[in-house]
Amino acid sequence: MPKTLPIVACMLAGLVLLPLIALLLNLGHWDPETWQHLYQHVLLDYVLNSLGLTLGVGLGACLLAIPAAWVLTQYHLPGRRVWQWLVLMPLAMPAYIIAYTYTGILDSSGPVQSTIQSVFDVSVGEYWFPNVRSLPGAIIMMSLVLYPYIFVLARSAFSEQSDTLKEAAQTMGYQRWRYFFCVALPLAKPAIVTGAALVMMEALADYGTVQYFGISTFTTGIYRTWFGLGNEQVAAQLSLLLSVVVLVVLLLEQRSRRHLSVATGDNHTRRALLHLSRSGQFWTLVFLLCVVSAGFFIPVGQMLIWIFQRLNSQEWPEFLSLILNTVTLAVAAMLVIVLVAIIIAYARRLSTHVGLKLLAQLSVMGYAFPGTVIAVGAMIALTRTDYWLNDTLGLEVGLLLSGSLFALVFAYLVRFLAVAIHNVETGLGRVTINMDMAAQTMGYSPLQRLQSVHIPLIKGSVLSAMLLVFVDVLKELPATLIMRPFDFNTLAVRAFELASDERLADAALPSLSIVVVGLLPVILLAYHIDKSYQPRRTS
Amino acid sequence: MFTRFAFLRVLSLVLLFSASVQANQVNVYSARSEALIKPLLNAFTEDTGIKVNLVTGKADLLLTRMAREGKYGKADLLITTDVGRLHRAKSMGLLQSMDINSVTEMVSKRFIDSDGHWIALTTRARPMMYLADKTDVSQLSSLFDLAKPEWKGRVCIRSSSNIYNQSMVAAMIEQYGEAKVLEWASRFVKNFARSPQGGDRDQIKALVAGECDIAVANTYYLAGMAVDADKATSDIAKQVSVLWPDQSGDGAHINISGAAISRYARNKENAQALIEYMLTKKAQQWYAQDNQEYPIVGDVPWSPALMSYGDFKAQKIALETVGERNAQAVKLMDKAGWK
Repeated sequence: MPKTLPIVACMLAGLVLLPLIALLLNLGHWDPETWQHLYQHVLLDYVLNSLGLTLGVGLGACLLAIPAAWVLTQYHLPGRRVWQWLVLMPLAMPAYIIAYTYTGILDSSGPVQSTIQSVFDVSVGEYWFPNVRSLPGAIIMMSLVLYPYIFVLARSAFSEQSDTLKEAAQTMGYQRWRYFFCVALPLAKPAIVTGAALVMMEALADYGTVQYFGISTFTTGIYRTWFGLGNEQVAAQLSLLLSVVVLVVLLLEQRSRRHLSVATGDNHTRRALLHLSRSGQFWTLVFLLCVVSAGFFIPVGQMLIWIFQRLNSQEWPEFLSLILNTVTLAVAAMLVIVLVAIIIAYARRLSTHVGLKLLAQLSVMGYAFPGTVIAVGAMIALTRTDYWLNDTLGLEVGLLLSGSLFALVFAYLVRFLAVAIHNVETGLGRVTINMDMAAQTMGYSPLQRLQSVHIPLIKGSVLSAMLLVFVDVLKELPATLIMRPFDFNTLAVRAFELASDERLADAALPSLSIVVVGLLPVILLAYHIDKSYQPRRTS
Repeated sequence: MFTRFAFLRVLSLVLLFSASVQANQVNVYSARSEALIKPLLNAFTEDTGIKVNLVTGKADLLLTRMAREGKYGKADLLITTDVGRLHRAKSMGLLQSMDINSVTEMVSKRFIDSDGHWIALTTRARPMMYLADKTDVSQLSSLFDLAKPEWKGRVCIRSSSNIYNQSMVAAMIEQYGEAKVLEWASRFVKNFARSPQGGDRDQIKALVAGECDIAVANTYYLAGMAVDADKATSDIAKQVSVLWPDQSGDGAHINISGAAISRYARNKENAQALIEYMLTKKAQQWYAQDNQEYPIVGDVPWSPALMSYGDFKAQKIALETVGERNAQAVKLMDKAGWK
């Protein structure tokens, strides 16, 4: 088992890399004329906007997630346990959908500005109002729905910091703020950076929001070059350039995680919650309420309004099959992806082989690529395999792989493996080397070690990996749209189709359904977090 | 056990959805969304007994998929908007010629590919829009006028990443030459009321909200808003007037939605039957009345909304050229600083 595992892991990681390799093989030759054109007119825009968006969303999501995680792990708050899962709810909201709804609310013909216009008797242009469809707007939209990725990790990091540390800091005269900035935050940094890296990769890969907002980024640039200029090769070269940015983000993340083996204290110390002053409590609750409302309740409210406006024109019965398709697909993909993640994460732990490390590192890159790029890469890889099966092996199977749901699950694997691996590895990081060695001296076989030491310890991380992947697949659009078999619709596809026909209000029902289906795993995740980190009550 | 379960699950899904061959069917790849096309396809199945299997998606990616699937691909029929895409499918070798004899009487020759590789089903127009009680358009008769300094900060139009704008500019290049269009575009961009954003409906909304005095958008969206279930939306559309450009010159920019038979179609006859069905009066009437598009077949009445925008003279350029000049148009708009 220990011998074969790294080999299996290498093969899986290689498989996941196939679509990216297929794209690389497509790079073709250098086309100086097109590059000259891009360089002169648009490339700087792509780079600056993508950088701004990525850093902005990373920062914005941290600013929402870290305070929320801190107050919910440290302080007594009214309804603390409810808040713990309320703050996770925006996770169920796809970024492009929140972008559409806020545009509906805030643009010049929306309810907010109309009210301003009629109350103050002014017309558009005579007063200042922020434009949602802008780079800052996109940063806010994405931060609002992506921060839970950081919250989940930061929360468990803060929970695991032992009381001994705090007591030590207190005897040294550290006040609360100073303790937070000098002790708690640096210790939680690896977890936070991991979350931020996921968030930044997701922001980099976004197409729906930036396209609608009219922001030129790498993703819109790749589309434009590919389909507008009809230049597949330069589009692939742009993707390669994008992957360099991704590698930098990943390297930074790895660097910060190197210190993960610092003892984070033992889980058995149930920690005492602190009390806040009345005004402190008030402002904390206001903050949490704002975050959850902005990321969840306000957009959901707008969607409900849209749905009620056109209750009669909805096709309800069809919805059942849409939901069924969506959930089946998400569950299947979730199981496959998390299994692969566990295999790779374990192999990486057991083996120090450089090749394996590199492969595993590269295999998570798919997360930062626009879904379409991954989808086309996967399509190339799978159709080639199908041709090989048919023409070389003489099996008359047609498009066995590329024409079926296998293709979709494969594309999701390539795209979302990062989410699963990051979570599983965070869990594995909790299993210290000492524990492994102790188990070894006790004569446990690796399998026994897995059963009695590892599984209980990483169960939580695996669960959160599964749920996050489930929600991600639920929301995924581009790959689903282009790789699905005949007559196979999902909620995201339906929502996109209506939205792309600019029927935003009609898109509200499928969009809200995505959110509702996505809420189920979010609540499960919250329940699990709640159960595993129940603090000691003090009175 | 966990592994085996996951494996079996995937395997069963694969088997379930791969290769279910039926006798009387036709497989459609459609860039038009399901909601826009399903009623028609259902009616076709009802009338002919031919089952329609559908995949919808973005046009460019459907073409990529067809190209990659090649001879093993199952698509029989491609339905898409924009002649540029149809042309591209043809030049990628994805199509075959269809039997056009049965339809030439109904459809004007310039809406059929010279080799019979594609045929138009509907047309769509991209005029200027304004508020009659607010903006004086007496000096405005063409898009070229919109580049004049008096329109500074008064025009709403969406991003140049959008295919409607790409086709519109491509058609202009074909008519007036690159140099003239580039000069126009560079000035036109300076007259934008805001950085290009949103879709066509958003331009119309911005027009009515007072962000700009002229919006450029497809009639399809204006008419769609006019019949929207939400009263606020239809009220917005009802305030808007349409200004047909270049009526004394070359005519307003139009584009098509069309259909084509895949090169490797296994159900070619059924595909042909579906195309012919979409050109019947019944189907064309559905397009015109329910879908707010201009029918391609002559004597089919328009919807009340489209009627209210009036008749117009349409551009006469060969539609293929719009597709051929797409990349040129995109580069030109990049140069002009059209985001």
